[in-house]
Amino acid sequence: MLSPADLATLPFDDWVNTFVRGWLVPNFRPFFRATQVPISAVLDWLDTLFRWLPMLVTTALFALASWKWAGRGMAIFTVLGFAFIDMIGLWPETMTTLAMVVTAVLFCAVIGIPAGIVSARSNLFWRILRPVLDVMQTIPSFVYLVPIVMLFGVGMAPGIIATIVFALPPIVRLTNLGIRNVRGDLIEAAEAFGSTGWQMLWDLQLPLAMRTIMAGLNQTLMLAMSMVVISALIGAGGLGLIVNTGLGRLDVGGATAGGVGIVILAIVLDRITQGLAEQNNVSRMSLRQTLSNVFRLRGTAALAGVEKAG
Amino acid sequence: MQPKLAVSQVYKVFGDAAPAALDLLRRGRSKQEILAETGATVGVRDASFDVQEGEIFVVMGLSGSGKSTLVRMLNGLIPPTSGQILIDGEDIARADAARLRRIRREKISMIFQHFALFPHWTVAENVAYGLKITGVPHDERRARALDVLEQVGLAAWADSLPSDLSGGMQQRVGLARGLAAEPDILLMDEPFGALDPLIRREMQMELLTLQRTLKKTIVFITHDLNEALMLGSRIAIMKDGQIVQIGTAQEIVTAPADDYVAAFVADIDRGRVFTADDVSSDATTIQLRQTSVRDALRMMERGGANALYVLDGDRVAGVVTYRDLAASEMDTAITASLQGSLITDFPTADTTTCLSDLYSDAGSGLPIAVTDERDRLLAVVEPADVLAHLSGDATPQEQQEQTYAQPR
Repeated sequence: MLSPADLATLPFDDWVNTFVRGWLVPNFRPFFRATQVPISAVLDWLDTLFRWLPMLVTTALFALASWKWAGRGMAIFTVLGFAFIDMIGLWPETMTTLAMVVTAVLFCAVIGIPAGIVSARSNLFWRILRPVLDVMQTIPSFVYLVPIVMLFGVGMAPGIIATIVFALPPIVRLTNLGIRNVRGDLIEAAEAFGSTGWQMLWDLQLPLAMRTIMAGLNQTLMLAMSMVVISALIGAGGLGLIVNTGLGRLDVGGATAGGVGIVILAIVLDRITQGLAEQNNVSRMSLRQTLSNVFRLRGTAALAGVEKAG
Repeated sequence: MQPKLAVSQVYKVFGDAAPAALDLLRRGRSKQEILAETGATVGVRDASFDVQEGEIFVVMGLSGSGKSTLVRMLNGLIPPTSGQILIDGEDIARADAARLRRIRREKISMIFQHFALFPHWTVAENVAYGLKITGVPHDERRARALDVLEQVGLAAWADSLPSDLSGGMQQRVGLARGLAAEPDILLMDEPFGALDPLIRREMQMELLTLQRTLKKTIVFITHDLNEALMLGSRIAIMKDGQIVQIGTAQEIVTAPADDYVAAFVADIDRGRVFTADDVSSDATTIQLRQTSVRDALRMMERGGANALYVLDGDRVAGVVTYRDLAASEMDTAITASLQGSLITDFPTADTTTCLSDLYSDAGSGLPIAVTDERDRLLAVVEPADVLAHLSGDATPQEQQEQTYAQPR
């Protein structure tokens, strides 16, 4: 059978190598290095803060947040879960992971919400951005780990950059969706009263899209959690490193301990942000109900991340 | 006087092929032909009208007739494809974004069919919206919002959310929001269309009451002819993007421009459209102290009238009928006076009384006196004319003659 390969072969891999190694890295390395400065700054600050706060204080704060936004059952789960993490000796790593995830989500929000707003206002921009987001979501993260190491080096900040690439799409998509879904007659009314584009955004579009944007933030957070182990491959520490070390030494117990820490943290963060997004008074659930809910967890992304690494 | 709002030769064509379609339109092709040929949709076709200050100008048409498009061109929400829209002499169609914004903030506001209240703000915040975007400080705009809410009877709900209010109340908030910025022109896009009939009626009345003190220039869109006839100083009827007739309620009912309008007005409650003013005729009167019974009888015989109004100086003293006078002359030939046969309990109306209210008075057989606020006789309404108009027998010609005969 004739196949196109008989006529011509494309050295696609060479092209990419030439592009990245021959042009992008030599010319832009200093630029990319510079971009990680704000990320490192935020990360260091958060990492120092979370490690400085006593374990009991942090647990109390998270339990209160859970109580307020996710119900009493979830608050109890938070206390028990965090105590478990502390007792298996992974508290400092957990705090490092928390600092990484919060940093990644912060930067995703800073980049993603404005990008979503622009997408909602310009069909052209959205047409260009959409395939980019599709690629970001579908491309296996191992593919961009190598160029990221080449451009940014190894360490915490490059790990967060890889996390941002992976976790950014949902917040952009849902910000765009939320703003586009604001009722047309309300927009028309704002326009008829002579409001400017900015006034419309602040008074109307952002408040009315807030629920959807928060749902996007929740999704982004879950994706960021699932990148914890992968980004540890390029030098990011925390629980991901524990899992990777366990894998390398065939230490099943160590890897599992790290994995459980990730899952507990993921559940707590997911429930708190979901509650924030819904902002309604959560009925007080019992611990049993909470636990059964937890295992019907919609956002199993964290588990998927652990499996992927394994 | 310069009209408040002057619309001339405005066209709106939707779609990419607008210029080509516009050209075809001007050559008289129909909406359907243009859609088939160019794919462009004709929204409004050659609309021209003036709206005077303080007038309620109603645009009536069925859905798809282009009335909503037309009203949105008046504040630039939809830019016209061609034509001119002057507000106080300033062309909206050619205003840039900043000027358009200024005009919307200062001169023109809009009230929507589905209220379009902002669900995350309280009633007072909604009402103050127009002031907020122009940078009025918080306390001042809240005070103004409460004032306007007072006018529409909702001051007690200032701090509720719109979702706590019924449809009629929500539209009052919409109206208050439109009034708060003190615009000259109100555009009302089927404002009562989403309300149930009883509330709609109540809101129509309230709008008329408010308008008596506010004297805004109102462009009111509706698909309901009864509403149009009731509210409109003048009415434009639209069909397929075109204005087929502009006129007062009476003109439209008595002289429909074409079969389309005629079909519309066929089952209209004529009693509510026509007023005493439309059916009255010049009064022939006699003076109580100067006219003799004999002269009165002779006048009635000559004019073919059954009754005459009797004036005492300027004031209406009463009415005398031929039958009574003739009888009293026979009985007491020498002492007969008008005074003896005078009926002082006569029916009266003012020029704006509608025919449905005159109907019961017409049953007495006496002509109805049309008086002004100082009880001076302006004209009389013959009972037969009331009945003829209610049944629609009066031809346009007759109507015209009567209009000319009216004392103004």
